[in-house]
Amino acid sequence: MIPTPTKPWAASTKDRAVDGSIFALSLLSSYLLVFLTPLKGKLAYFVCFFLAYAIFTTAFKGVQRGNAAAKDALVNSLVAIGAIVTVIPAASILLTVLQKGLPGISFNLFKTDMSLATPTDPLTNGGLLHAITGTLTLMLLALIMSVPIGILTALYLTEIKGRFTGPIRFLVQAMSGVPSIVAGLFILSAILYPITKAYSGFMGALSLTILMIPTIARTSEEVLNLIPNELREAGTALGGTQWRTVAMIVLPAARSGLVTAVILGVARIAGETAPILLLTGGGDKVNPNAFNGPMGSLPYYIWKSFNAGSPEAITRAWAGLLVLVGLVLFLFTTARFLGARKVSK
Amino acid sequence: MSTTELVIPAPREIVTEPRRSDKVFRGVVTGGGLSSLAILGLIAIFLGYRGFEVLRQEGIGFITHSDWSISTDDAGNVLDSHFGLAAMLVGTILCSLIAVVIAVPISVFSALFLNFYAPGWLKKILITIIDMMAAFPSILFGIWGFLVLMPSVEYWAKLLHRYLGFIPIFDMQVPVYTRSPFVAGVVLSIMIIPIITSVSREIFSQAPLDRIQAAYALGATRWAMIKAVVIPHGRSGVIGGAMLGLGRAMGETVAVFTVLNIVFQVNWQMLLGAGGNVASLIILKFGDASPYEIKALMAAGLILFLLTLVVNAIANLIVKTTGKSGR
Repeated sequence: MIPTPTKPWAASTKDRAVDGSIFALSLLSSYLLVFLTPLKGKLAYFVCFFLAYAIFTTAFKGVQRGNAAAKDALVNSLVAIGAIVTVIPAASILLTVLQKGLPGISFNLFKTDMSLATPTDPLTNGGLLHAITGTLTLMLLALIMSVPIGILTALYLTEIKGRFTGPIRFLVQAMSGVPSIVAGLFILSAILYPITKAYSGFMGALSLTILMIPTIARTSEEVLNLIPNELREAGTALGGTQWRTVAMIVLPAARSGLVTAVILGVARIAGETAPILLLTGGGDKVNPNAFNGPMGSLPYYIWKSFNAGSPEAITRAWAGLLVLVGLVLFLFTTARFLGARKVSK
Repeated sequence: MSTTELVIPAPREIVTEPRRSDKVFRGVVTGGGLSSLAILGLIAIFLGYRGFEVLRQEGIGFITHSDWSISTDDAGNVLDSHFGLAAMLVGTILCSLIAVVIAVPISVFSALFLNFYAPGWLKKILITIIDMMAAFPSILFGIWGFLVLMPSVEYWAKLLHRYLGFIPIFDMQVPVYTRSPFVAGVVLSIMIIPIITSVSREIFSQAPLDRIQAAYALGATRWAMIKAVVIPHGRSGVIGGAMLGLGRAMGETVAVFTVLNIVFQVNWQMLLGAGGNVASLIILKFGDASPYEIKALMAAGLILFLLTLVVNAIANLIVKTTGKSGR
């Protein structure tokens, strides 16, 4: 006789029926609770449902299998609640930005700047061209300054491994915790007040550089650590100096990972607001010269519109946020896509 | 008969010293590596240098008093000034503690869910969402918190006040719930949940597999396994992650400024709409500050810098001793 394969661990029809009825029961009781108590709102249904579900499963498992199973069931529902609570804000934020920002998006927005308009004007007046060009300029400048320093730091940590490896790794981590406003104040005190004495895009870019270096350095270090040591040994065995090995073998091998690191760094600073408020001056006109005159940017535009407070201005702020979030998500997705293959052929 | 002269080339001298190109390379890379040291040092030096005058004048009062006033005559000369950060420091600590208290349980539960409960496809999606949240700009959290979240949080605050009002920190005399430290704490907690979650997840995923399987083999339920293996292994890592979140929460500026009412008075009642925050103070006063007041703001920045530096350093040490740190 050939034994038929069975799955004794799979859920039986009876188990499914029990699960289903517990689900229905908690749904029902959540409605009842909201109806009977002063709790109100969508969130109240949600909370009541999960509480009821946790209590019912725990009670059922306790009756069916005893104490240990009851505790297990309770933790089961708790961790699920934890994960859901973690994700809810993200969903809510994205939905709100889309919902409130879309009415403010028009073709006009990308064609004009605010030099002839104020935030409280109707939406047909003015746009955020100056903010987009400003943000791109700031990002480009910060990129030019932070990429060499960030990658050199990562190279020191992975290739040279000298006396300072421990302290530098520690300091880079400490640097990633520097509040953005402190970076802004630093540039203010060290460069803007004593030397240039005027707000400009370049000052903003300098403070963004400080915030960007640790992200690039730490991600690049992880990527460079993934490069197999055999590649470095092969380079040395062929008679290459360390410089040639790093430049011709290690860096090209890590290329796409390094690009990921840089993009993550840019995404980190794209929406940075505090130092921008302190340093750039926030002009309303398209300003192609980052070294002279105030420069607008998306965070500054959003901030200014939000503080103006009228309904039109708030819609402007949401539209700006939508553009900014779109930019950040685009960078983030690109980094993810490239990061999926960290080491290129 | 001609003897061909046999020329033996002189053996190349074997040296351990790197060539010149390598020396240059090492020099440049080391220089780049030391830049983080240079930048951190310069930040402390410059903020200290600018704020020195104020720090010397106020002395220890800079962190124990809470008035912030300056009066000048028409020519702009400073007649009288009082700068004290006490209310702001208390507010900063209160808001970030609320944030950590809310965020840690949620993050630990979701990290456990990601590691031990979620099926593979769900895990991938959730990790992407959590990483994405960490990349959201802070101004987004601020405006969303102000326009969308604050009404609900005020409602929760009313519930807390009504049913738990007998506990001193939930008590208050005047029912003003808007823009309270509690609201700021909730917004901050949402901002630091991704960080704490990813650090905890990293630590939990390093729990030794053999012990996990041993626990299951002895008939443990999933929770019994987590209690016996994962939590002892990851406890200090979670504490480190929480402190990283604390450091981040302390330095957060724009999001807090949007949802917090700044008042120059020490206030421990977290539901009352009067709080303080060092970073927000800087943004608030910067716009119309006189040169002397700017110096006081620089000194405030220095205090904030040192505070976050210490918290972060402790956090990194804790995370490092328990394993490879998360992001």
